[in-house]
Amino acid sequence: MAGLVIVVLVLLASIFAAQLAPHDPLEVDVYNRLQGPSWQHWLGTDQLGRDVFSRVLLGGRIALKVALVAISVSMAIGLLLGMMAGFGPAWLDRILVVCFDTVRSFPTIMFALAIVALTGPSLNTVIGVIIITSIPVYARIVRTQTQALRDQDFILAERAMGASTARILGNHILPNIAAPLLILASMDVPTVVAMEAGLSFLGLGVSPPTPSWGSILNDGYSYIRNSPWPIIAGGIPLILVTLGFTFFGESMRDILDPKLRRKGGSS
Amino acid sequence: MLSFITRRSLLSLLILFLAVSLLFAMIHMMPGDPASVLLGPRASPELKAELSQRMGLDQPILVQLGRFYADLARGDLGVDVFSDRQVADIVFEQLPYTLALVLVSIGGAMLLGIPLGCFSAIKRNSLLDRVTAVMSVAFIAIPSFVVALYLLLWLAVNWRWFPAIGAGADGDFVDQARHLVLPAIALGLGWVGYIARLVRASMLEVMEENHIRTARAFGLSERTIIVHYALRIAILPTVTILGLGIGSMLSGALFAEIVFSRPGIGKLLHEAVMTRNYPVVMGSVLVTTAFFVLSTLVSDIVNAALDPRLRESERSS
Repeated sequence: MAGLVIVVLVLLASIFAAQLAPHDPLEVDVYNRLQGPSWQHWLGTDQLGRDVFSRVLLGGRIALKVALVAISVSMAIGLLLGMMAGFGPAWLDRILVVCFDTVRSFPTIMFALAIVALTGPSLNTVIGVIIITSIPVYARIVRTQTQALRDQDFILAERAMGASTARILGNHILPNIAAPLLILASMDVPTVVAMEAGLSFLGLGVSPPTPSWGSILNDGYSYIRNSPWPIIAGGIPLILVTLGFTFFGESMRDILDPKLRRKGGSS
Repeated sequence: MLSFITRRSLLSLLILFLAVSLLFAMIHMMPGDPASVLLGPRASPELKAELSQRMGLDQPILVQLGRFYADLARGDLGVDVFSDRQVADIVFEQLPYTLALVLVSIGGAMLLGIPLGCFSAIKRNSLLDRVTAVMSVAFIAIPSFVVALYLLLWLAVNWRWFPAIGAGADGDFVDQARHLVLPAIALGLGWVGYIARLVRASMLEVMEENHIRTARAFGLSERTIIVHYALRIAILPTVTILGLGIGSMLSGALFAEIVFSRPGIGKLLHEAVMTRNYPVVMGSVLVTTAFFVLSTLVSDIVNAALDPRLRESERSS
């Protein structure tokens, strides 16, 4: 429940960020730089005097945009490849599994850094890296679930009645694997948000002056001895989002998968 | 078992080969050759040609790949174009710092996580169990670099309990240990939650087994049963995930190293990325990937040694 409340609040705050922001997040005011919280600037100001609260609100929009795009694209591709591996011939399965394992063999953040070194920092690169590294995670789970369903009686019956592969996959396998996929996607939001923030913190994500939680933390890190507020302000939404989506994902798992709930209760 | 180890080792080698080739191909498929990117837009064609020659970029790609693997087989990861030093020397100079951080983090996570998980299982559904459950999820979810920044802010900058940057003076063990505390907490905190959850689940499963019931029937004390009979078995899954933990921490250590300005392979890679130093980028990613693949392999083998069902399932799949 707490997870759902946080998720809804964060989504609303991000959607209406432009309306809710009390100041222009890009407006520089050097006379009021590195100020603590006040009625005028709820979370203080950064090294250029920009309102941190407004930047945090706009940063949420970036974080959720990256999460939405990266997770939907990697889930769609992962779904397709996972079904091909799980339902297709054994040779295709083996090739795809080796491909998944190859991509997963790169330590994610190191791989991201290597790609950014080659292409230069940008939000699209961040999204691309997250998609590449997330596809095997979705594909793996889809493959396992498809393989488990492939030999079930109701699928065999469909086959005996001459149903096409597309019909079996679309009408019978997909509805049965949708629940674990949605749970995984929800649990993946914190990972993706943290990765975007992490790369932006390293100066390899969004380009300045666009606000991102990671770049707010980076600004705060550079001026840590002058003011603690940018670090505190940039970290709190990250903690809230990661906790909110994790708790939300766990609740969804309990609701959508009663088998897991029973197992979770006894374990 | 031997055939399982051989099969898994060959598969790991294949994966490593593909991963390195992929990385190599990516560097060479990108628009603009590395020499031009490295020297900037104002470099003269002669200078670019000279650097390309030094980096071996003037050869056909297959020749470059072949030469790269031949060098790799001799332990040669190329030459750093800025300092003219061997990349392997630079990477292996930094690796011990990262390994020390990873080992201390995972050791600390086990020291905290195992008792927490154990107490949660014994006092199931108690306040402690519920608090541990929420804390475990929180520890796992919160990004390690945010933990690192908060630790730096409060414990190093504000309260000055621990040093803020560096790895400590050479030869001064106490100083080095003090410099390790905050980065190790930042890196290990998530694993405390993970290990606590794993041990709790495993303990609850073991406590239901027949040999525990028999031990109770013999009148052994609850403490003896837990420590000598239950925990010894419940701890096994934790031991097997250590391999994976060490592998993923090698990559996660990057943030702790940057936030606390500690030397290490992550910081080396970050600096190499910022200066577009491709040989060092390639070398450090390669060494970390190799460690990652190796630790996954060791973890799989230990798992299979402890649980024969895994060997069978792999054979049949």
